Amino acid sequence: MTDARELRGRTREFLAQHPPASTDRLDFLRARFDAGLAWVHYPEGLGGLGAPRSLQGVVDAELAAAGAPDNDPRRIGIGLGMAAPTILAYGTEEQKRRFLRPLWTGEEVWCQLFSEPGAGSDLAALGTRAVREGDTWVVNGQKVWTSSAHLARWAILIARTDPDVPKHQGITYFVCDMTDPGVEVRPLRQITGEAEFNEVFLTGVRIPDSRRLGAVGDGWRVAQTTLNNERVAIGGMAQPREGGMIGPVAKTWRERPELRTHDLHQRLLTLWVEAEVARFTGERLRQQLAAGQPGPEGAGMKLAFARLNQEISGLEVELRGEEGLLYDDWTLRRPEHVDFTGRDAGYRYLRSKGNSIEGGTSEVLLNIVAERVLGLPAEPRTDKDVAWKDLAR
Amino acid sequence: MTDLLYSEEEEALRAAVRDLLTDHCPPAGVLARTESDAPHGRALWKSLAEDMGLAGLLVPEEQGGQGASHREAAVVLEELGRAVAPVPYLTSAVVATEALLACGDGELLSRLASGRTIGALAVGLHTGPATGVETVRLENGTLHGELTGIADAAVADVLLVPADDGGLYAVAADAVTVLPRISLDLTRPLATVRLAGAPGRRVGDTEPAVRRALRAAAGLLASEQLGVADWALAETVRYLKERKQFNRPVGGFQALKHRLARLWLEVVHLRAAARAAADALSTGQDTDVTVAVAQAYAAPVAVRATEEALQLHGGIGMTWEHPVHLYLKRAKADSIAYGTAGAHREALSALVDLQAP
Repeated sequence: MTDARELRGRTREFLAQHPPASTDRLDFLRARFDAGLAWVHYPEGLGGLGAPRSLQGVVDAELAAAGAPDNDPRRIGIGLGMAAPTILAYGTEEQKRRFLRPLWTGEEVWCQLFSEPGAGSDLAALGTRAVREGDTWVVNGQKVWTSSAHLARWAILIARTDPDVPKHQGITYFVCDMTDPGVEVRPLRQITGEAEFNEVFLTGVRIPDSRRLGAVGDGWRVAQTTLNNERVAIGGMAQPREGGMIGPVAKTWRERPELRTHDLHQRLLTLWVEAEVARFTGERLRQQLAAGQPGPEGAGMKLAFARLNQEISGLEVELRGEEGLLYDDWTLRRPEHVDFTGRDAGYRYLRSKGNSIEGGTSEVLLNIVAERVLGLPAEPRTDKDVAWKDLAR
Repeated sequence: MTDLLYSEEEEALRAAVRDLLTDHCPPAGVLARTESDAPHGRALWKSLAEDMGLAGLLVPEEQGGQGASHREAAVVLEELGRAVAPVPYLTSAVVATEALLACGDGELLSRLASGRTIGALAVGLHTGPATGVETVRLENGTLHGELTGIADAAVADVLLVPADDGGLYAVAADAVTVLPRISLDLTRPLATVRLAGAPGRRVGDTEPAVRRALRAAAGLLASEQLGVADWALAETVRYLKERKQFNRPVGGFQALKHRLARLWLEVVHLRAAARAAADALSTGQDTDVTVAVAQAYAAPVAVRATEEALQLHGGIGMTWEHPVHLYLKRAKADSIAYGTAGAHREALSALVDLQAP
C-alpha cells in the first residue's frame, strides 16, 4: 500500500461511504481513523496504512476537496506533534490502542508536563518526583508553561524516579490523567495580559505503572523523541511574499504616509529584505525535505524567525507613533491557540518576545548549531557524572 | 515557485570547477600573483574558459556557447569566490556577455564564448543596474574620453564602451590606453581607460545592454559573495577547532560559538537568496525584486563573514601571508560592485511600493 493512485481511490471510496455533508463530524473522524486515512504512515489498526508519510498529502487533498471536517490540529497540536509519535515509538500495544484514536479525532486534548520553574533550558535538571508504591507512582512537583493544560484530558509527563544517579539517568516518562485528584491547573498570565499557558501543580497524584512510557529511568531518551518531533513541526508550509510579520507593517506603511520617516524607511527596507530572504530559506528547506535531502538548515530557522519577528514588531510600534503608546486590550483571556500575527502591533511586539525563549532559547539553539552543525567542542559539563541530588539548585 | 536547490548537473559542474581550483588556484599562488605585474591567472582562465567551456555558459549553442543558464554560472561563481580566483569570469563571461546578448552581436559573442577573447564592459565597477553610466565622446567616427573604475580592463581584449550618442561600441584594447590603478581588491584590479581617437564598432544601444548586464552581474555577484562567505566560515571553524588557548580549543568558548553559529545562519540565508536570484535570472520571473533582495542581503553578510574570520584568526589573520585578507578585500570591494546594498534597497522601495517619506 504505497501507491498514490491506489490511495486516492481508497480515499474516494471512503468518501462515498461517509459523505461529509450527511455524516456527523465525530463519526466521520472516527471512521477516517479506522480506515487508516488519519496518518497514513502509522501502522494499520492505529489510524494508518504503513504507507510513506509523503502520501498523506494525497489523502488530505481529496478530503479537503470534498469538504471533509478536519480534526483541528491547532487545538490538538501537542497531541499530534509530540504525544502521538512518542506513544507510537515507546507505548505498549494497549497504550497505543487506548490513546491514539481519541487523540487524533480531537476528542481528547493532550498537554506536555516537561518544563519546571527550576528546569527550563536545563530540562534534565527537573525535580518533580515520582515515587513507586507497588503498582502505582506517587507524583509531587510543579510544572510550568503548559499550553492547553486547562483543556487537556491527558498529559505526557517526565518526573524524577531516581535522585541518586546523574540527572539524565533518573528520569521516567508517564502519561498523566489530568482529571486525577492532586492535579491543579492555574492560568499563568503573561506580559501580553492573556494566559495562553498554565502552571500545573502535582500533589500526591497517583499514576498506575501501566501508564509509564518506556523503561524506568529511560525517560530522557523517550523525551528526545517528543522533542525531536516538536522541532520537525516548525516551518512546514510555503509562504507568500509579505506572508509573515512584515505584512501588517508594510500595509501600514503604504496606507499611512503621514507616519513615514527616513530612519524608519531604512529599517523597514532592511527588514523587508531579511523577511524575504528568510522566506526563501524556508522554501529552500521545504524543497530539500521534499527531495529527500534534509539539511541542517532547519536548526536555524527558529532563530531567524524569532529575531525577525521581534525587530519587525518593534519597528511597527514605533511607526504608529502616538497610537504606539496605546494597547488594544489588557483583559485576561485564555486563547485556545496562539495567534502571533492577530491583534494589534503592541500585542505582536510583546508576544514575539517569547519567540526566542519558547521551544528552546536562542542561546541554547546557537549552542546546538555550533556543536551539531559546525562540530565545535561542547560546553564543559560539570554536571555530567554527579548524582542529581548533589547538584547545586 | 522558484527552484532553490542545486541539480545533479550543477553539483557535477561544481565538483569539476572545485577540483581545478584546488589544483591550480591555491591561496599562496593567488597571493604571489597579486605581488607580480600580472595579477590575473591567465593559465587558470584558459583551463576554465577554453578547456572547460565555462566562458560560454550563458551563450546559446548556435552562437558557440553552452546554452546553459544563470543557475550554472552562479555555481561557477560560488567556486571562484571560494577560491578568490583572479580570473575575469564575472566581467567577461557574465557582464560583457550579457551586454552583447542584449545587442545581439553574434560574432563578438562567440569569440567571448570561446574564452580566447576576453571582454570588459567599460562601466565603473561601482555602477548599479539603476544608475546612469559615464560616456565618452563620439567625434568624427572615433571615441574620445576617459572612463574610470573599469574592472579587469588590464586583461581585456575588447572593451565595450558607452558613447554620448547612446551607442555601445566595441573597441580593441590595443587602440586604447589602459592605466592600472592600485586597487583595494588585488584579485579584481581596476583601471582607467583612456580613449584618444579610438576606432569603435557600434554593437547596439547602451541603455538596454548595460541595464541587462548590470542586473545579471548584481544577481550573480551574490553567488560569488556566497562562495567568499562560505570559505570564511569554513576556514574559521576549522581553525578554531585546532587553535588552543587557555588549555582549550578556542572554538569551545561559547562567546565564539555563538558568533560562528550566527554567521552560519546568515550564510544559509545568503545561499537561499543567491539561488533565488540565479533562478529568477534564468526564468525571467520577478527578476528585478529578487536580484535587488539578493544583493541587498549578500554584501553585508560576505563582509561580516570575512571580518569575523579575520578577527577570530587573531594575530595570524592580520598578516600578509594568511589568505584571509584577500577574501576581506574581495568582500569589501564586492559590497560596492554593481550597486551597494543601500542602492539596491533604494531600488526595492519603488519596486515593492515602500516609498520614502
